[in-house]
Amino acid sequence: MAPLDQERGFAVENGTIKLLANLERGGPPRLLEGLVEAVKRSKSERLALDLSALERLDSLGASFLAELVVRGRVLGKEVYFTGVTEGVESGLARYYYPAPEIRVPVEKSYRIEALGQILVDAWEAAGDLLLLVSETIYWTVIALWRGDGHRKGAVEAQALAIGVGALPVIAMISFLVGLIMALQSAEQLRQFGANIYVADLIAISMTREMGPLMTAILLAGRSGSAIAAEIATMQVNEELDALRTMGLNPIRYVVVPKVWGILITMPLLSIVAVVVGIFGGFLIAVSNLDLTPRAFLVEVATALYLKDLISGFVKSLVFALIIVILAAYFGFRVRGGAEGVGRVTTTSVVAAIFGVIIADAVLGLIFYL
Amino acid sequence: MLARVEHLTAAYGTRTVLDDVTLDVRRGEILVILGGSGCGKTTLLKHFIGLLMPKSGSVKLFGEDWWTLDEPDRDAVIQKIGVLFQNGALLGSRTLAANVAIPLEQHTNLSDAVILRVVKLKLRQVGLQGAEDRLPSELSGGMRKRAAMARALALDPPLVFCDEPSAGLDPATTFNLDRLLLDLRDNLGLTLVVVTHETASIRRIADRIAFLDQGRLVFDGPLKDAIVSEVDPVRRFFQIAEATVG
Repeated sequence: MAPLDQERGFAVENGTIKLLANLERGGPPRLLEGLVEAVKRSKSERLALDLSALERLDSLGASFLAELVVRGRVLGKEVYFTGVTEGVESGLARYYYPAPEIRVPVEKSYRIEALGQILVDAWEAAGDLLLLVSETIYWTVIALWRGDGHRKGAVEAQALAIGVGALPVIAMISFLVGLIMALQSAEQLRQFGANIYVADLIAISMTREMGPLMTAILLAGRSGSAIAAEIATMQVNEELDALRTMGLNPIRYVVVPKVWGILITMPLLSIVAVVVGIFGGFLIAVSNLDLTPRAFLVEVATALYLKDLISGFVKSLVFALIIVILAAYFGFRVRGGAEGVGRVTTTSVVAAIFGVIIADAVLGLIFYL
Repeated sequence: MLARVEHLTAAYGTRTVLDDVTLDVRRGEILVILGGSGCGKTTLLKHFIGLLMPKSGSVKLFGEDWWTLDEPDRDAVIQKIGVLFQNGALLGSRTLAANVAIPLEQHTNLSDAVILRVVKLKLRQVGLQGAEDRLPSELSGGMRKRAAMARALALDPPLVFCDEPSAGLDPATTFNLDRLLLDLRDNLGLTLVVVTHETASIRRIADRIAFLDQGRLVFDGPLKDAIVSEVDPVRRFFQIAEATVG
């Protein structure tokens, strides 16, 4: 046999294809393609495949032969076996199923239909979200005077889990943001002799925007992902079904404590972010811009209006709801196992950040347009 | 002899789980590893399949000392064994077809079309024809075990290890699973090592019993001898089993 024949796993002699390769792990790479090509080139409609080089045939080898025979039929050729040893015959008897399983690729020719399906899915998803929002708000309000339906101490536990852990990170980041904002604006303000307005800049931007927004983004990544993962895992493990069969509403039992936990902690964390951010700016103002502490603080008090405080507070509440509802929404919609949980966790964080920024824009327009 | 542990001692921290166990697995048999809860059955099985390193002693698979083999040689050996884990251990986010295809994709040069044929064949062998596109979460416990068995059989291994295959299954499903194991031995010539304490299964499938008691191998012999054995834990086990069945 020519070396090339050995390498490709078969040889063609007098119209017969002689198999040289062992089929136990599928043979050499691209053996099937090579054999199909040889069948295609054959002038005869009936083609012998000599299996005398094989001592035995396992299920992989039998499946390989079945696929070859089927592909031969597609080409209008009949492939039959010769030189069948006892071991090969035993394998054929056990494993050979040359079912005409010709896989015809399904062409997606109806773009309108695909578009329609996307719209239907989006409509259903929006409906699910609306149901979740309404049910969550309902049970959250009910929880004000009915403490049943969830574990005792669940709200406090959630508030601690969400708030306490996030506090150092939020404080540090807010301090740095306030410091950097003051630092970057100091040079420009000094040129115009407007040093004092650094207080206004820091106070207004932190109170109206940066404080609640940064807090929300951090909590979306930290707590939103945890909430989504927890609910998704419960869904996958049928724990939510178990709650339902025990007469407990999963939204009331699982989601509402998280809603209250984040509604309590988010404004508090936002206040910390604002105060610490202003403090960061204060340090730069006092050290770089020749402002006295008293002057800085008086200017801060003068710059801020009640509306600024209210807008910051309202934003923090709205952001909190967006984070927890989107996390719960994606958690409930998980499909598949571990991979699905990972997927919804990521999706919920991205969606929450997106939702928070949109809400920030809308609320900004409402308060300040 | 397809597998052997020799003077195997295993421990979790300071707690000895297996104590000087020597046990062969012989070609063409169904060897049942038996014993009470916590006696070391699953630990012994995990040593056989190379998942745990012994404190002392050796583990041989197809004549090779597992812990002295390098990576390519281990790869060659691992393809000759199949393992059915207690809970199936199917990848939950992938279909049955994708699960069964994993060893084929990893260890063969087969094209996708041939792999699909093999997958359908394996699922047919375990009575799950037509279930290729289903997710594990959509299956019953018994069906998941069968699907996991199909995956264990993907590369036609001559030796299959089963860890509590009928755990959590009803008697009818257990019966069917036992018939499958017997079919694999009789028609495909497989050798099976089954860890279980289900007495009904033991009586149906066991050719040989290896009985562990507190980490020690106290009995190694045919089922019929085990049933009448005077070795205390073995005798108690089968007496309680008889009393429970009634």
